[in-house]
Amino acid sequence: MSEKPKLALYWASSCGGCEIAVLGLHEKILNVAEAFDIVFWPCVMDFKYADVEAMDDDSIDVCLFNGAIRNDENARLAHLLRRKSKVMVAFGSCASGGSMPGLANFTDRDAMFDWIYHKSPTTDNPDGIVPMKHTDVPEGDLELPGFWHTVKTLAQVVPVDYFLPGCPPEASSIEMAVNAILTGQLPPPGSVIGPDVTVCDECPREKHEKKIKRFYRPYEIIPDPDTCLLEQGLFCAGIATRSGCGARCPQVGMGCRGCYGPNEGVVDHGAKILTGIASVLDAQTPEEVDAILDTLPDPAGYFYRFHLPDSLLRRRARANGEKIVAPASEAAGEPA
Amino acid sequence: MTRISIDPITRLEGHGKIEIFLDQQGNVDNCYFQVPELRGFEVFCVGRPAEEMPRLTSRICGVCPEAHHMAAAKALDDLYRVEPPLAGKKLREMFYMAFYVTDHTTHFYALGGPDFVVGPGAPPAERNILGVIAKVGLEIGGQVIATRKRNHQVIEMIGGRTIHPVAALPGGMSQPITEEQRQQIIEIARQNVEFGQFTIQLFHDVVLANTDYVDLITSPGYTQKTYYMGLVDENNHVNFYDGKVRVVDPDGHEFCKYAPGEYTEHIAEHVEPWSYLKFPYLKNVGWKGFVDGKDSGIYCATPLSRLNAADGMATPLAQAEYERMYETLGGKPVHHTLAAHWARVIELQYAAERMLQLAEDPEVADPVVRAIPTATPTEGIGIVEAPRGTLTHHFKTDPDGILTEVNLIVGTTNNNAPIYISIRKAAEALIQNGNVNDGILNMIEMAFRSYDPCLSCATHSLPGQMPLELVVRDSRGAVTHHASQYVPPELLEQFDR
Ligand code: SF4
Ligand code: SF4
Ligand code: SF4
Repeated sequence: MSEKPKLALYWASSCGGCEIAVLGLHEKILNVAEAFDIVFWPCVMDFKYADVEAMDDDSIDVCLFNGAIRNDENARLAHLLRRKSKVMVAFGSCASGGSMPGLANFTDRDAMFDWIYHKSPTTDNPDGIVPMKHTDVPEGDLELPGFWHTVKTLAQVVPVDYFLPGCPPEASSIEMAVNAILTGQLPPPGSVIGPDVTVCDECPREKHEKKIKRFYRPYEIIPDPDTCLLEQGLFCAGIATRSGCGARCPQVGMGCRGCYGPNEGVVDHGAKILTGIASVLDAQTPEEVDAILDTLPDPAGYFYRFHLPDSLLRRRARANGEKIVAPASEAAGEPA
Repeated sequence: MTRISIDPITRLEGHGKIEIFLDQQGNVDNCYFQVPELRGFEVFCVGRPAEEMPRLTSRICGVCPEAHHMAAAKALDDLYRVEPPLAGKKLREMFYMAFYVTDHTTHFYALGGPDFVVGPGAPPAERNILGVIAKVGLEIGGQVIATRKRNHQVIEMIGGRTIHPVAALPGGMSQPITEEQRQQIIEIARQNVEFGQFTIQLFHDVVLANTDYVDLITSPGYTQKTYYMGLVDENNHVNFYDGKVRVVDPDGHEFCKYAPGEYTEHIAEHVEPWSYLKFPYLKNVGWKGFVDGKDSGIYCATPLSRLNAADGMATPLAQAEYERMYETLGGKPVHHTLAAHWARVIELQYAAERMLQLAEDPEVADPVVRAIPTATPTEGIGIVEAPRGTLTHHFKTDPDGILTEVNLIVGTTNNNAPIYISIRKAAEALIQNGNVNDGILNMIEMAFRSYDPCLSCATHSLPGQMPLELVVRDSRGAVTHHASQYVPPELLEQFDR
């Protein structure tokens, strides 16, 4: 090969699990290091933002971007890397759908600060201090990146070419993506990389077309080890979730929570899970449907566990009766 | 006023940033350690069903998801007043020990170890796992990878996934293991015990046999006297999964010992406007600013702190090494932060021995691993020792078990103030009369690393030193001094997890 493709990896608002998943390729990470010229990977190598800024636009072939966008710093890097990269991949559930930290969109910044810095039982803060973007200390000014009202997905901030879902993506998914990039066998831009099957398709549990009368909480029953969990009344999003994980969670007796996101053509993952769930309810009338759904607590938190920022809901709109208005820069997905 | 900024390269948003200010004479006037990240789990988990917490809170950290998974599970047991069957408890603890073995192995060989094995004076490019391998043989690299791999198998077998496990529920675990799996785990645990012995031997041969290293460990720049915290069993032996939290004062005397349910009587958190991360301290001593000593409520929660806070180890090989450490370092407590590496090796040995004990007990494969709760939930508190410090989960719910309040005191957060003090000590030792010694990066890095701070996952996944950059600016903002150390790309080849 004349020249190796240039690869960048970045973590924005992330738990680090996606990075560890890349390292979890074990010895295969060698192939990645061999096949690519890694030009930016702050978790692993010393590169500075200035190095990226100095690169020509479009000079990075592929950027794997994990983590959501929730502060000015995340947004700055998203814009910078987009400009420098030919292909931008939203890596993992945080970047593609917002993941669990995206549930923060059910609340808002003020509520968070109020609890964390004032009301929590261990906080001792008689002067009512909260972290600020700028603090004047006697010696000078200390800066923190501005914290956003809303958790955004990468695609809400910059154009994204491909999505690699999973919280985190399994090693097999990462390998598949890397191979697709190397061989140029990528799906059309805008696609999710990975097979378009559901978790149910890969789940070894037996389905019997049984309908359910109610939901059970996971701690309420000990399910039969071989039968579909949903048919036993345990919430499982596998029915409307893309696989790629090999149905990991149902295999240890826990319902899928949907980390791999929706299948092809689905706009709103939560709505699709609801439809899937509705199909197993033993109900004739809308009232009966409602009655069964009432036995599932926190439906929004279940249906949108990994994809609230990416859903049609996006976030709660009001706090204390007032509309939450983000600063113009945040609304535009730009750093302040 | 001269200002020095140290950024862990590029990871500004998640990780710490150090600002040092010098006075007119060019000596350290003050310094700040800022954590610029907040994600707000304590708030957005409210409204969710409590039983989802082991799966929700693991996303706080992809490096130690198992710790959050376990702390949340224990808080749920308390919330629902349900006692898991013995097999369920043992299964959880065995899973947790497998995690400890991988985590401590990574830290010792890839991060802490290189400072000693290759030597703190070696060029940064050699102070990494490659350097360790060059010095003590290629076989070790293979052993480290194999250790991590086989324990990942156990974590996945029991927990469902390695990163973000799913199996813990109030009252136990979702699924038992089979007798065949137990036999596999026994074999893996045996290898872990051997690996622990091998690691201790390595530590003796390479570190303790070298008086320079021992002098370094005991040098004043790495010494600070604080309170120490750790979870202990009924014999006051170190325990990672269960027990009471014991705190000893800087003289080594028991200051308090509390059950998880009493943590708010003992711990408070201080807020500063320049960091998103709070500073926990002992409420009954009080917040006295960023100072060590008996009058300051600042405490440490590291492997060394756990050993300081306990009376011994519950397994024989670990106990033997525990005794050796305190003999060598002049009795308890040990205030040398770098001794945390020795303590970590002792804990690795303990985790391996404990895992084997649990695996050899046929009950761990009993099919009954979960009890169904019947009580009405109100409030639950669970504590485990995460590798980076005591981890507290506190939930309140409505009668349906929907969360109404969540408070979390996370491993590394405990050490927020001690890290700050360590940084200042390093700065004071190495910046004098305007002379900024390049060694400051190395020293701060070593001080940092003994805490194994989870602020930067970089410090876990890197097979080398922590990338740091130091910029000194004069009062007009002009750069007068610039130094950095980094990880060479060829190290990529050594990655695992
Ligand atoms: S997608 Fe999951 S594993 Fe990846 S950064 Fe987000 S929370 Fe962590
Ligand atoms: S609904 Fe869940 S348990 Fe049932 S077959 Fe699908 S993935 Fe498996
Ligand atoms: S089963 Fe569902 S939640 Fe579990 S790993 Fe697969 S997609 Fe994610």
